[in-house]
Order: sequence, then structure tokens, then C-alpha cells
Amino acid sequence: MSEPKIPSMNPFDRSACEQTIHELYHFLDGELTEAKRKEIEYHLDHCGPCVDIVSFESDLRRVIADRCKEQVPQNLRDKIALLIDHELDASEPGA
Amino acid sequence: MADPKRFSEDAMVHADSLYAAALRMTRNRSDAEDLLQETYLKAFRAYDRFEEGTYLKAWLYRILTNTYINSYRAKKRRPEETDVEDVGELYLYRQINALERAGMSKSAEDVAFDLFTDDQIKGALESLPENYRYAVLLADVEGFSYKEIAEITEVPIGTVMSRLSRGRAALQKSLARYVQEWALVKAEK
Repeated sequence: MSEPKIPSMNPFDRSACEQTIHELYHFLDGELTEAKRKEIEYHLDHCGPCVDIVSFESDLRRVIADRCKEQVPQNLRDKIALLIDHELDASEPGA
Repeated sequence: MADPKRFSEDAMVHADSLYAAALRMTRNRSDAEDLLQETYLKAFRAYDRFEEGTYLKAWLYRILTNTYINSYRAKKRRPEETDVEDVGELYLYRQINALERAGMSKSAEDVAFDLFTDDQIKGALESLPENYRYAVLLADVEGFSYKEIAEITEVPIGTVMSRLSRGRAALQKSLARYVQEWALVKAEK
């Protein structure tokens, strides 16, 4: 068989689903070890319900991040630029 | 040593994201504007101590955090709210799935994401206890790593992880309310 080496977590085992859910946030946060991440990815290649959950959580996170974006009002940007210019002038030698 | 003449160019690219954090933390536009100005002024004055090659955005967040704690948090001191109800994992997913099973909609998930207004999402985040809110914001909105969040907020990584897990659960609970309201209205039609 030329199957890739199967990681320690058997993707057809129910406990693989439990483990995936348990590690879900660390997985999405990119905070798992390489080996652990591969195990979960391997499980996700074989488990529709877990893929559903992972994509839900990752979509939700993207929605939250997108909706929480803000833009600094131009007048506030100008104020800060002015503050910094004053500071720069004051720190110039001979000023 | 970082060149002060390059400060504006280097630091101002992070202004929108720092401003968003300032708004979520102070929950008040005028305080957020003051906090942002103060953060940039302090950052400029400390810029000669910034080590080039380290992560400028995280360094600016550290200054924002300290400024917030020293000047703004004290203003409306309230007891540390650590008691958020533990709703467990995948709260929102389960709620939405239950609606689908009840025949509410075939694509409740898509509906749910479209359903939330910007203000509801911001409001849900702002309703979290401060420490949880800040951890969730740094991780989920700004994409900082656990280690960076630990450095920005000066707590151990284990604390970051527990704040994130409780904060995310509480955020989902808060958002689930809007899904439930929507389902009720839909059921009455």
C-alpha cells in the first residue's frame, strides 16, 4: 500500500472527533505542534461533520474580525501627526 | 535604535487596528480618541528604546494596554467580573444546528452570519468582561499568537488560553441570542 503514513490518531475512530473538537481553537489559532496539526488535518480529510464544525468556527472568526474593523477619523490622524511633529521639532538639536 | 524620523511612517500603519482596540476597550468614542493619541505620544517618546527587528505592532499594543490600564480603567472601576457562565464548546454551532434540525432553515449558518449587524457583533464583544474581551480581541480580531498576547497583557500563557476559551464561549452565547430572536420572529410568520 502506498498510503501516506497514518498518524497516531485514527480518523475513523469517534475519539478522533472528540480530540479534534477539543483541539479546535488551538488548531485555528495555529498553536499546535506540527505533528498534532497534521493529525487533525488528516482527520479532517476523512470526517465531514468535523470539517463542518471547523469551517463554521473559522468563518465565524472571520466575520467577527471583519465587522470589528474601524477607521481612524482623518481629524484624529491629523491631530496625532501634529503631536508627533511638535515632539520631533522639540527634539531637534538647536531647536 | 529606531530612528524617530521614521516613527510616523512605521507606526501609523497600525492606527486603525489600535483605534478599533481602543474603541472596544473604552466603549466610548471620545475616550478611544484620547487613548489613541496618548498611546502614540508615549510610543514616540519611547521609540529610541524600541528594538528594530522586533514586532512593532505588538510593542504599540503594549503601550496601548498600559495606557488604558493606568488612565482609563481606573475611571470606571468595577469588580473583576470573572463569573461568565460556562456554556461549553461550540455553543453557537449547536444552537444553529438545532434550528436546522427543527426545520427552521436549510442554511441557518449562512443566515446567521448575514443576520448579525456590525453593532451586534461589536456589542457582543464589548459585553465581555474586560480581560476576556481583550484576549479575544487580540487573538480573533488582531491575530496575535498566545505568546504575543501573554507579553502584551503581561500574564502567563496559561492565563491567556483560559481567558480566550471563556471569552469565546461567552461571545458565542451573546451572539446566539440574536439567532434565537430571529428564529422566534421567523416561527411567528
